[in-house]
Amino acid sequence: MRTKLISIAGGLALALASGTSAYAQELTIFWAEWDPANYLQELVNEYEEETGVMVTVETTPWSDFQTKAFTEFNARGSAYDMIVGDSQWLGAASEGGHYVDLTDFFNEHNLGEVMAPATVKYYAEYPGNSGKYWAVPAEGDAVGWSYRKDWFEDPDEMAAFKEKYGYDLAPPEDWKQLTDIAEFFHRPDENRYGIAIYTDNSYDAMVMGVENAIFSYGAELGNFETYEVDGYVNSDKAVAALENYKKLYSYTPPGWAKTFFVENNQAITEGLVAMSMNYFAFFPALLNEASNPHAANTGFFANPAGPDGDQFAALGGQGISVVSYSENKEEAMKFLEWFIKDETQKRWAELGGYTASAAVLQSEEFRKATPYNEAFYQTMFKVKDFWAVPEFAELLTAANQRLYPFIVGNEGTAKETLDALAADWEATFKKYGRAQ
Amino acid sequence: MASQVMTNLDPKSRAAAKGLSDLTIRNLFIIPTIAFLIIFNIFPLLYSLAYSFTDFRASTNAPANFVGLQNYRDLLSDPFIWKNFSITAKYVLISVTGQVLVGFGLAMLLNRSIPAKGLITTLLLLPMMLSMAVVGLFWKLLYDPNFGIINYFLGLDKFEWLADPDVALYAIAIVDIWMWAPFVMLLSLAGLSAVPKHLYEAAEIDRASGIYTFFRITLPLVAPILMIAIIFRTMEAFKTFDLAYVLSSQPTTELIAIRLYKMAFQEWQTGMSSAFAYIVLIMVVAITNIYVKYLNKVKAR
Repeated sequence: MRTKLISIAGGLALALASGTSAYAQELTIFWAEWDPANYLQELVNEYEEETGVMVTVETTPWSDFQTKAFTEFNARGSAYDMIVGDSQWLGAASEGGHYVDLTDFFNEHNLGEVMAPATVKYYAEYPGNSGKYWAVPAEGDAVGWSYRKDWFEDPDEMAAFKEKYGYDLAPPEDWKQLTDIAEFFHRPDENRYGIAIYTDNSYDAMVMGVENAIFSYGAELGNFETYEVDGYVNSDKAVAALENYKKLYSYTPPGWAKTFFVENNQAITEGLVAMSMNYFAFFPALLNEASNPHAANTGFFANPAGPDGDQFAALGGQGISVVSYSENKEEAMKFLEWFIKDETQKRWAELGGYTASAAVLQSEEFRKATPYNEAFYQTMFKVKDFWAVPEFAELLTAANQRLYPFIVGNEGTAKETLDALAADWEATFKKYGRAQ
Repeated sequence: MASQVMTNLDPKSRAAAKGLSDLTIRNLFIIPTIAFLIIFNIFPLLYSLAYSFTDFRASTNAPANFVGLQNYRDLLSDPFIWKNFSITAKYVLISVTGQVLVGFGLAMLLNRSIPAKGLITTLLLLPMMLSMAVVGLFWKLLYDPNFGIINYFLGLDKFEWLADPDVALYAIAIVDIWMWAPFVMLLSLAGLSAVPKHLYEAAEIDRASGIYTFFRITLPLVAPILMIAIIFRTMEAFKTFDLAYVLSSQPTTELIAIRLYKMAFQEWQTGMSSAFAYIVLIMVVAITNIYVKYLNKVKAR
């Protein structure tokens, strides 16, 4: 009996040992749970076919992404070899020693020119203009807009709009037109509303929405070199931008007080609104008849210009970094070498990923591949981002605490809100010795 | 002293046969528990107390600098933190009062012979067996202004329960009351069934009114057990996180536990959040002490 047991145990041990050794090398990439992560898994499956190295894309919901990633970093954990981290993490992750310095890799492969300039500046470099790189731009993304083509092209609506506003109803070219159209289509009695915007005050959702207005109005969040904020984030242009964003909130559907990408796509799929703000990465779902009954009537446009013709958009997207605590750093670098190849980037775009490769982005093939790729291509050359300093989360909290009560709660004025925010940010920068 | 309290080991037992003494067996049970408590409770408690006097951030490699009481000073002079405290106080008051009224009311209704009493009691207990996050998501759908069933039944059209900053906290408290009133009901039922029947009979002979009987017999006798329910619910309501976090992100519903979570795990201000946690701990201990004192007074009566 005993011999039998020993032989069974021996057999089991052998089976387990051979099972785990099927892959000589394994790599784990950590990212948020969304469609691009699935596309990346499809892409890395091809890497496995080529090299035999098994790559797994592990995901977690967006709401949990930052907390989980930094918990692992702070514990110096080696669970993840690479991470597709948010652009604003660069400061915290590089200064904290969590990311491997990729400057040599970057220069060796001339990535500063291979990837679109905005993606290099915001996804890879920290501090700004330092020539130090911590990530390879992986998923380009920015905020754009979807709209209901059938509502916009309805002859009766077009005539009524022209009569009321004196110009043709078409995708808006500036924020004034955007506001007019939102007002025009806002008809609560018909269960039809003007616009869907970001209002969720957790993490960076609402701040990204407001940034679209602030940047296009020609204002800035501050001076990224000197960390001055007074006179920037509370400038007259920023105040006008915030007032406009608040005005847009009055044209949103009922209960629009904690909304982000899911709700904004739902606003289109459920036929609630004329226009909806969202990241380009979420637009593929809007073209899918299975997830959007209005897919055939959904159009897209880039974030419109402000009153002075400035046109910018808030940056989303991420770069891929090697985690300092990984036990497979060399293998991870080999993977990155494969990832930046032109043909891999092309395949990445074909699978649905938003490549940051300048050559692929500029190709006719890419720009005509979907109805929103052209808007994406144009947007990626005029994006701006939030602060990427290590204390970015504190800056986001202050922004949420100040902006939300004004936009949703109707408290105070835009000027008071932004003056208070400037004071908060100034105090934070002083606390960390960045500003005088 | 301890050995006097302990019952002696049966000499014929297997433990005795293996040569284990009473003391060894006691140690076998107690030492792991104490070790667990020290490693996972006491040590982190003291460690975080030390952190609360530093500017330590777990997300960086920078060494922790001693800053004295700076974190406590900053926190207690931050108007946003005071707002969090007043929101929490309001929430605890509404939620616990609601639970006591509804729970005790239900217990009074059930404290008589009615058909299917057991089944009704079991069904009423179901809400508190659900997970907080599930309850939050479920009520979010019920409150939805576009398709929520609550507005439909109350004829409130597009009333924004969770989006209206003035209403959201009440909406969360309603969910908490729905979930935890059964707990108060359960304890109250135990208290009510322990009230001697002869007291009611005597009151009836004296032709005492229903209200007089309630305030002079029922309530004083149920009070001690009701106080225990209130202590538990106050402590729980004070540290509510999941329900409020899932249901709404209004600044008017940012309870201290939510602010603390953001400070500790999103902003990684480890030193500051340790200080914050200590302030909360001291407050919970103080409030519980007041309750316990009052409980002892009620019991003495």
